[in-house]
Amino acid sequence: MPETYEPPRLTLPVGERDHSEGPLDAPVVLVEYGDYQCPYCGAAYPVVKRLQKELGSTLRFVFRNFPITNAHPQAEWAAETAEAAAAEGKFWEVHDYLYENQRFLGDAEHFARYEAKLKLDVAKIAREVAQHAFSSRIEEDFLSGVRSGVNGTPTFFINGSRYDGPPEVQPMLEALTPGRGADRRKSRS
Amino acid sequence: MSKSSDPRSPILAAGAKAPNFRLKTTPDQTVALEDFLGRPVVLAFYPADWSPVCSDQMGLYAQVMPEFKKFDAEILGISVDGIWTHLAFAKDRKLNFPLLSDFEPKGAVSRLYGVYETSTGESARALFVIDKHGVIRWSLLSPDGVNPGADGILTALEHLR
Repeated sequence: MPETYEPPRLTLPVGERDHSEGPLDAPVVLVEYGDYQCPYCGAAYPVVKRLQKELGSTLRFVFRNFPITNAHPQAEWAAETAEAAAAEGKFWEVHDYLYENQRFLGDAEHFARYEAKLKLDVAKIAREVAQHAFSSRIEEDFLSGVRSGVNGTPTFFINGSRYDGPPEVQPMLEALTPGRGADRRKSRS
Repeated sequence: MSKSSDPRSPILAAGAKAPNFRLKTTPDQTVALEDFLGRPVVLAFYPADWSPVCSDQMGLYAQVMPEFKKFDAEILGISVDGIWTHLAFAKDRKLNFPLLSDFEPKGAVSRLYGVYETSTGESARALFVIDKHGVIRWSLLSPDGVNPGADGILTALEHLR
């Protein structure tokens, strides 16, 4: 039985396989396991944007797929769509658009119009999604999450250690920059 | 009345023989632990159906089922909920394993495994991995409100080999 609590660690290290924003050598690495149809992930999406803005080049953000398909019938489709866009170099554009348009999930036309706007090959993406061309990669993300202690979405890891606090800006900022938080408290006292 | 203040007996640990039981899983079907002799069994005790989070523990196990199947393991969810709520919950969350009803006498099997919370009248969140000979090889009592996930189960199943 656990005597002292240690949060689980990320078992699959962040690497070249990952979709990431921010410098590769940033001192702080935030990994999210997310599901495009999960409302809590939708709520966490602007939180991550805000963290990225606050922390700038000191933060690298990585997104991995954790679609809970028995609860979210569109989650796999969405994940495969983002991966198909990634193959053409537009992962983050489509990732962001999916979260900003969660209420349109299920309306493939809505997303196809955006892909066209990005000058993506809409027919190719539709074909790859229909053939589940990227499902093994999504499966790899999912299993790496299961083995790292991801039990639901969103789950975050900060420098490889699971973050168990609320997915909100202030507590996450403090967890991402413990030194900075302490300095601030000190200067106030 | 004085019985309710009794402390919970400790959770059964690795090495103990898993007590047999027979519980309802549908209005006219029962499941016994000994039905699965020869295969590993995962017992997942949990407080109640309809946990309010969008991806709950049982939903996660349904999703991880292909991994459990690699070990030929059977997973059984157990709570004190009645059969009808189990059926509705399993259908809603598209669960692909049996939910057993530890309903009458209430919590009897949970007590047998040392995982009944008298203060709430529910099972604790607790996991057992039982080998093909019916011996407990791993158990975990999860803190309140913490989804213990699937990783510990998979590690324990790997160690059975």
